[in-house]
Amino acid sequence: MIGEGLVRADGQAKVTGRAVYVDDVRPEGCLYAATVRSPFAHARITGIRLDPDFDFSDVTVVTAADIPGENVVALMTDDQPALADKVVRHVMEPVALVAAPTREKALAAVSHILVDYEPLPALFDPERSRGHEPSLFGSDNVYSHITLVHGDPDGAFASAEGNADVRIIEGTYRVGLQEQLYIEPQGMIATHRVDAEGAPGLTLFGSMQCPFYVVKALSRVLGHKRFNVVQAVTGGGFGGKEEYPSLVAIHAALLALKSGKSVKLIYRRDEDLRATTKRHPCRLRYRTVVEVRTGRLLAFDGHMLFDGGAYNTLSPVVNSRGVIHAVGPYRCENVRSEALMVATNTPPNGAFRGFGAPQVQFAAERHLDRIARELGLDPLDVRRVNLYRDGDLTPTGQTLKDIGAKIVLEAALERAQRPLPPGNGSGRPGGGGQAARLAAGRGLALAWHGCGFTGNGEANLQGKADLALEGRDLRVYTSSTDIGQGTETIFPQIVAAALGIGVGRVSVAPPDTDLVPDSGPTVASRTAMVVGGVVLKAAQALRAALASEVGFDGDFDAMLDARTSDAVLRVREQYADDGTLVWDPKTYRGDAYPTFGWSCVIVDLEVDLDTGEVLYRRLVQATDVGRALNPVLASGQLEGGALQALGYATSEEVVLDERGCMRNDRLTNYIIPTALDAPEMETVLIEIPFAGGPFGAKGIGEIPHDVPHAAVAQAIERATGAVLDRLPMMPERVMAALERRR
Amino acid sequence: MILRFQVNATDVELDVLPMARLLDVLREDLRLTGSKEGCGEGECGACTVLIDGRAVNSCLVPVFQVAGAKVETVEGLASGLHGHERLHPVQAAFLEHGAAQCGICTPGFLVAAAELLAHTPHPTRLEVREALAGNLCRCTGYQKIVDAVANALGRQGS
Amino acid sequence: MSRTAQLKSTAAVLEPRTLNEALEMRARAPDAMPLAGGTDVMVSLEAGVIDPPRFLNLWRLDALRKIEDTPAGGVRIGALCTYTSLGRSDLVLRHASVLIEAARTVGATQIQNRGTLGGNIVNASPAGDTLPVLLALDAVFELSSAERGARLVAAADFFLGYRQTALLPDELLIAIHLPARNADDHTHYRKVGTRLAQAISKVVLGARLRVVDGQVVEARIAWGSVGPVPMRSPSVEAALLGVPIDVDAEAKVAQDIRPIDDIRSTADYRQRVAENVLRSFLRSVVQTRS
Ligand SMILES: Cc1cc2nc3c(=O)[nH]c(=O)nc-3n(C[C@H](O)[C@H](O)[C@H](O)COP(=O)(O)OP(=O)(O)OC[C@H]3O[C@@H](n4cnc5c(N)ncnc54)[C@H](O)[C@@H]3O)c2cc1C
Ligand code: FES
Ligand code: FES
Repeated sequence: MIGEGLVRADGQAKVTGRAVYVDDVRPEGCLYAATVRSPFAHARITGIRLDPDFDFSDVTVVTAADIPGENVVALMTDDQPALADKVVRHVMEPVALVAAPTREKALAAVSHILVDYEPLPALFDPERSRGHEPSLFGSDNVYSHITLVHGDPDGAFASAEGNADVRIIEGTYRVGLQEQLYIEPQGMIATHRVDAEGAPGLTLFGSMQCPFYVVKALSRVLGHKRFNVVQAVTGGGFGGKEEYPSLVAIHAALLALKSGKSVKLIYRRDEDLRATTKRHPCRLRYRTVVEVRTGRLLAFDGHMLFDGGAYNTLSPVVNSRGVIHAVGPYRCENVRSEALMVATNTPPNGAFRGFGAPQVQFAAERHLDRIARELGLDPLDVRRVNLYRDGDLTPTGQTLKDIGAKIVLEAALERAQRPLPPGNGSGRPGGGGQAARLAAGRGLALAWHGCGFTGNGEANLQGKADLALEGRDLRVYTSSTDIGQGTETIFPQIVAAALGIGVGRVSVAPPDTDLVPDSGPTVASRTAMVVGGVVLKAAQALRAALASEVGFDGDFDAMLDARTSDAVLRVREQYADDGTLVWDPKTYRGDAYPTFGWSCVIVDLEVDLDTGEVLYRRLVQATDVGRALNPVLASGQLEGGALQALGYATSEEVVLDERGCMRNDRLTNYIIPTALDAPEMETVLIEIPFAGGPFGAKGIGEIPHDVPHAAVAQAIERATGAVLDRLPMMPERVMAALERRR
Repeated sequence: MILRFQVNATDVELDVLPMARLLDVLREDLRLTGSKEGCGEGECGACTVLIDGRAVNSCLVPVFQVAGAKVETVEGLASGLHGHERLHPVQAAFLEHGAAQCGICTPGFLVAAAELLAHTPHPTRLEVREALAGNLCRCTGYQKIVDAVANALGRQGS
Repeated sequence: MSRTAQLKSTAAVLEPRTLNEALEMRARAPDAMPLAGGTDVMVSLEAGVIDPPRFLNLWRLDALRKIEDTPAGGVRIGALCTYTSLGRSDLVLRHASVLIEAARTVGATQIQNRGTLGGNIVNASPAGDTLPVLLALDAVFELSSAERGARLVAAADFFLGYRQTALLPDELLIAIHLPARNADDHTHYRKVGTRLAQAISKVVLGARLRVVDGQVVEARIAWGSVGPVPMRSPSVEAALLGVPIDVDAEAKVAQDIRPIDDIRSTADYRQRVAENVLRSFLRSVVQTRS
């Protein structure tokens, strides 16, 4: 059962069109909501008026003044308001809300809410944020500043001077803004309910990854907890539905309270693109001391500058992961890694699959390619000489064991030796056929990714899971959401395997905060590994409870047969680490993660020399998943993540106008790959079990997005000699690089 | 206007604004919410339905243009009753290959694939990719979708 | 961009049953916007950039869906033919396979099933993918009005300015005539976008070279997305004419095109790419002949 590619539990509903997403629900008499947003990047609000010539009789209007509790979207810091009050800090910032009996009326009403603004100077350049005016956050516009030091980097750089055996190699790398682009836009419905005690309250139903984030944020705004949050079937998240839905839920709830009616708030696609969080752009400067003969890394000094946008959201977490992963899966005894996350007047950047790792590992991989180029070495050899080995220390001083780095490398190389699959790439329609001039190339990149939360995150969070025996069947209660990755399928597999029963007898309760405990958010590749582990413990606890009830521990069904009562038996477990992990968040020393995942990606592509277009032929990835609980779901995660990274590589870039507003706010000009653009993918699952995960499983949700874009850059370089150190490698940039090469 | 057409082999008669989008009429008036809206401008294919056997984006079709036509949505692919339904081969293949993740794109893919398979039962992988290039998926990388469609009718695509 | 317009579009529709009825309605109601497959119209309506009071539905006019031989040996394609129907027509394949190549790159399946050749022409976007091909093939457009009957306008005379055409307010586009194909024609289509489907072109090349005894006797080089209208390339054509194929003719491209920077690409890129794809086409002609 573990290791079987069982059909996903929600599959039947999804292939028949019966799965209920938020926009599929229409409560009786519900109002439709729309959001009044700032046209300015930075401005003082001097007044909000209703157009006297517009009929507002059936329109509910909400402004900051209507907020019963605190005007805040509670997250890491309380800097973001639920509705802008005196100041707007980015374009598209919510200023007021409307709800009306029809969508048309609501949209019309938006343009009749007259907001007076007094524009203020705005800040767009992250290089000129820290300590500069205007002041946007704290005393110096810095959300997070982390410096991690390992060994003696200063000494290593000093002694490199004049030493002919070593060389100092420097490079600067840039990555752009990327949009999650879940196919289902943000949406939430607020309805009125009466709770079990007869008290009136609300139910929030919508598209989200983290129901308890919504609970936390909404309770601060409402000043009470008389509501529950229920996840609808969710059409993709990728981090974009981690923290953002809290804001959507707050807005729907405020309108529902004021109107006394149900309220449905669904973002239009263009609105979703312009208003919601993106992946942080980053500028990275890497300096290294390397051994001339081999390319061995002797010292590393990396500076990363991330643009956090107008509010903090989860930016410090991105900064933290960036600092820790900056060197890539390579040993280096002298490291300084410094990351700065600053404020600007652009829409806030936030959670996105990978959390900083895709940015820094692009730079790490490109830097190794630079080292190879400058020293005249083979890029693969440079990787081999530096790859982590058992017993090596990471930049935080964590001792690595059971490292998969070399295993995934060899597995990927072996798989990629097979002949190229026929088909896509140069077979494209309209591609000029015989006339096209194509150069083929292969690129390789390696990644590591810390699984679960950083440091003491899990221990502090104490994620919980319940398991209940209901009749002869079992039901899992967690707040982990299935956003496509298959939680609803994997948890039953874990329970069934632990109890030795058929998987069909285990179901998963819908994530409704009235019913489920807080398992922590569905993020950081932690659901299968961490929450799955708690679910496994719950299964063991349930077995023990049953055994003590019936007086013997044996076959699960035999124990059930021996039961005299048919009362529901419900157990709760929570995460507890074994105390062996030691982490100091102040110095960034210690065990940063309970374990790491490892991955090697090989991309075969062709570059059209006339146009700079990149045509993908094949992508091979070999990834250490600990244990593939469900190989179909696991490879599906890896393939989807890899394609998202190929989009990041060559076509996806959010372009901001002079107000910091997304210009390419349609699917026709924010370009994600189609089936014709995607390569044939081959996914090799490597299983190096992690003792702390259920049946050895590790987190795999993010690692596929970490380095395919770096493999693409290397492949382009090998095919053409063109060097690209900036993402995305749009055809325009590839052409320019091809010309620089001459 | 009063409009008559067929949806999933059932005759319907509705009072509609002629320029309403077919997608809205299906979702709001007929409560057939299987067809999804991902963009409203013909880019994502989540709203794909068949009109007289041809896959089109229902967000781009003014409803009056389907007068007298046969419209099929994802809800019409399987036969038999809910609970005892017989899936269309491509639905079964999607389950078997794990081609649906979050599922929001799935109805559109299934309908587009149904059209392809109706006239090309054993498509090559490249034919599948070309036929489905009007449907965006952000979860799967398309690999399992191509696997499912190429093999839906039982022969390995080349 | 706002959805308001579409959601409350209360526009009425005129439903002609015959072509004659359609032409009469067109004359009587010049404010009624013709509607074919709607793939351009519905997007503009959704975006709120148009809001006509009524529409003239052409979709039911099966008379405009015919594809037939012409007495002159060419082919006449009804304006309402979809990209999919072009791709399935043996006649089109015989006379203008390059048009099928272009049709295969428009949007993707769903758009090809609904979008029409006539819509692409009248919409007259500089990025309309079939337009450079039609220019290269010396297509002639058959326009008709109730009052004056049919008239023929060469593709080269049809596109007047940014989204402006020679179509008069009381006219409809009825058909597209393509002349007979010469055995010694080399045709070519190249679309450059940022992805391989669902892409709005950054550069489109439609080309036809008639080469007799190693000499170019007829040259048609046409561009899309590099100026306000789809356009022929007179300097390049002149440089090619009457001589053996000159693979350096691409140096003349800059004289003919007027690319701009926009959300999709840069003027610089467009020019460079136009030169490159032309050079590669010319080379491939040389190669296939040697
Ligand atoms: C997602 C998407 C992708 C697209 N991709 C491409 C692409 O790759 N390449 C490309 O070139 N285009 C593309 N298009 C644009 C569009 O599909 C084409 O231009 C199509 O050919 C338009 O035809 P239609 O029948 O849908 O036109 P409609 O939208 O019905 O009409 C377009 C215009 O032409 C007028 N019109 C139509 N027929 C006639 C007639 N017979 N006489 C007089 N006036 C008429 C209408 O009044 C209107 O002004 C795309 C559109 C979408 C939505
Ligand atoms: S909603 Fe119709 S194509 Fe996206
Ligand atoms: S399965 Fe999520 S978008 Fe396709």
